[in-house]
Amino acid sequence: MNATTLARWQFATTTIYHFLIVPLSIGLTLLVATMQTIAYLKRGTPAAEVWDRASRFWGRIMLVLFALGIVTGIVQEFQFGMNWSVYSRFVGDIFGAPLAMEALIAFFLESTFLGLWIFGRGLLSPRLHLATIWLAAIGTVISAYFILAANSFMQHPVGLKYSAAHHRLELTSIWKVLTNSTQLVTFPHTILAALFTAGAILISVSAWHLRRAGRDGTAADPVHRKVAALGLGVVLVSAVGVSLVGHLQGQIMTKQQPMKMAAAEALWTDKTHAPFSLFAYGDVTNGKNKFNITIPDGLSILATNNPGGLVEGINDIQKDAVNKYGPGDYTPIVGLAYWTFRLMIGFGVLGALIAAAMAVQWRRGRMQSSQKLLRIATWSVLLPLLANTAGWLFTETARQPWVVFGLLKTQDAVSPNVGTGFVAFSLVGFTALYGVLGVICFRISKRIAQAGPEPQAQPVPGPTDDVLSLV
Amino acid sequence: MQAFWFGVIAVLWAGFFVLEGFDLGVGVLLPVVGRTDVDRRVAIRAIGPVWDGNEVWLLTAGGATFAAFPAWYAGVFSGFYLAFVLLLVGLILRGIGIEYRGKAETARGRQWCDVAFVLGSFLPALLLGVAFANFIRGVKLDSEGNMTNTFFSLLSPYALLGGIVTLTLFTFHGAVYLALRTTGEVHDAARRVIPVLGVITGVAAVAFLAWTAGVRGGWVSFVLAVVVALAFVASLDLAVKGREGAAFAASAVTTLLVPIWVFAALWPNVLPARNNAALSLTVHNASSSPYTLKVMTVVALVMTPIVLVYQAWSYWVFRARVTGADLDHDAYGSGAVGRTIAKARQSASELLGKPEPATVIEEVVTSPGDPRPPAP
Repeated sequence: MNATTLARWQFATTTIYHFLIVPLSIGLTLLVATMQTIAYLKRGTPAAEVWDRASRFWGRIMLVLFALGIVTGIVQEFQFGMNWSVYSRFVGDIFGAPLAMEALIAFFLESTFLGLWIFGRGLLSPRLHLATIWLAAIGTVISAYFILAANSFMQHPVGLKYSAAHHRLELTSIWKVLTNSTQLVTFPHTILAALFTAGAILISVSAWHLRRAGRDGTAADPVHRKVAALGLGVVLVSAVGVSLVGHLQGQIMTKQQPMKMAAAEALWTDKTHAPFSLFAYGDVTNGKNKFNITIPDGLSILATNNPGGLVEGINDIQKDAVNKYGPGDYTPIVGLAYWTFRLMIGFGVLGALIAAAMAVQWRRGRMQSSQKLLRIATWSVLLPLLANTAGWLFTETARQPWVVFGLLKTQDAVSPNVGTGFVAFSLVGFTALYGVLGVICFRISKRIAQAGPEPQAQPVPGPTDDVLSLV
Repeated sequence: MQAFWFGVIAVLWAGFFVLEGFDLGVGVLLPVVGRTDVDRRVAIRAIGPVWDGNEVWLLTAGGATFAAFPAWYAGVFSGFYLAFVLLLVGLILRGIGIEYRGKAETARGRQWCDVAFVLGSFLPALLLGVAFANFIRGVKLDSEGNMTNTFFSLLSPYALLGGIVTLTLFTFHGAVYLALRTTGEVHDAARRVIPVLGVITGVAAVAFLAWTAGVRGGWVSFVLAVVVALAFVASLDLAVKGREGAAFAASAVTTLLVPIWVFAALWPNVLPARNNAALSLTVHNASSSPYTLKVMTVVALVMTPIVLVYQAWSYWVFRARVTGADLDHDAYGSGAVGRTIAKARQSASELLGKPEPATVIEEVVTSPGDPRPPAP
């Protein structure tokens, strides 16, 4: 257990934890803004009151999660300098810029306008108040754009030159970094995944309420039916979107990081007519699979749109890498890459199937009475959360040994002056703190979710109705 | 452009000190000004809408340092590792303490949030001063720009005094803020504590400013130190006289100028090396390439005025003094509607020349975390 390994574990755990919350923050601010918009557009009708209560209810849940996202986010920005100082010096000329832009453009926007949204309801006109939640939501999306541009640079370095004088990479084109082909697929993929996750939590909570109402024979609050329908629509559309974009992303990754995709597919040798693996059990030391259930030509079609297309295999890429970069192990942990890739897809598909089943019942008008389906649907938010985690584990671990692909290895990037004891201290400390906060966040969210929206607003009795007409 | 970005980062830290300074101060003061639950909620509500936007100044200062002076960012953040871990823990606890307090169901839950909020304010207020003092004093650097200090060497008397200065100054600034932004018990308690705080801060600050003049800096930083001291004395005087707006303006000038003064003392170094001046990180050897600085300059020139405008606007929206009555009219509950109607009713009575009707609770108002009200 050396400092590098500990630093890697810390980055992995803090990032995964942060990214459990972030898709919900992005997705829910967008969906709460949507609910509040519907309420505003329909103002004066009975439906407006339902959507207004929906937006307040979901706004409360959104804020509990958002707070945890904010506090864990600070750790992320600081961690590059703290644990990865060599990395920071080596790529800072390029990597620092999107991070600074993220803070200046996105963080100020989302924080300021979220504060205005929370506390400004009685102080701002309804239109202006609606604008505040939209600006906060847009802030979260812009934030995602910049940080993903930074990550995309690590996956596929562009817009750079190497400076021998300064022993570092230097930026030659910010435009190339912000429009990196990797970024152009990663950003929509991530935003769609965020919407998928948020839609799923809408379904989960609504299903819980609908199931209880169905079981008790009472009428469910109309909020839950409307929100469930919104959630279903969002999940189904984003599931299709995230898959299509994901497919494009896979094709781009095959060109840019062939080893990553070869490991994802447990493909050991270069092949034309490469089969798609459904289930493989590998013999890593000997560079082959012990057994493999496959679909013929499947991988060639996916990777190259051509059943006869050539797809490179792990062993061959490893040989090429040694020729290109010198001696070393350029193979990631194949089992980890293979299974995280599959789990990401599998969890996503499962989530979409549950949503599809619910949509069918909804069309038939039988959603509230399908007790078993509602019970399954209550758990459905776990699936995109697991898919998101698997996706990030895949793309980061399968890039190893590189931290900046082809230019800097992870083992060479860590802060040399931060001893094992210090990193162990922070790793244990953050893990423990995050664990406690996670439990608290979950319990508060659960309580708010199960309490449901405020009951329908009672008309305020007053001495004269003339007063109300002045409002 | 390196000098320009040195200045930009100084300004970002100045913005952070003046804005987050009073947030941290309010947190440290909570046990003093918040004797009852209502008083605590009033104090927190005074910073509630703005604390998160204020904290972003820290993230922007860090991000800008990374972008414009990556070697400085890398050297400081790795070299002060343990301090940064404690700073992060503080900021995490503070954020959660503020945001979850209203959602806690039990008094015990609220107490834990208060502990988190207070501790999470105390730690950063102290550590920031220790860090800046160490920048001025200088650290041990190797030829790669890595700090080779032991953790305890960062806790020299000079550094600890620096920590006391920021701790007391932020607490003073927070007290002046509360005197301006609240009414009732919180306001009175803040005013009571200002003279004592002022004296302690003044002594620590003057000692630190004088000591620094002997450590580092030229005539520019000396002049700035004098201005900082004068602004502080003015703030204390105005606060004691009850001129709350002017006092806050003066304490704002004080806290804003502290990082400017630090950076003026540091120039042209960004991280001086005590062990060998030739190894110091400077604006020249620690900066990014001219292209990156140019890109960031364009972004900064476009975005900073926009950010200042909407942040200032948000302060203007929330300009009303926080009273106990505001707590019932949180955005979470239906109380906001009740407040609007109450305001309208009040204006109506004034227009019609009728005496204001007695306050009647016509609607059960809720706050986050309160148990659901019984059906009327």
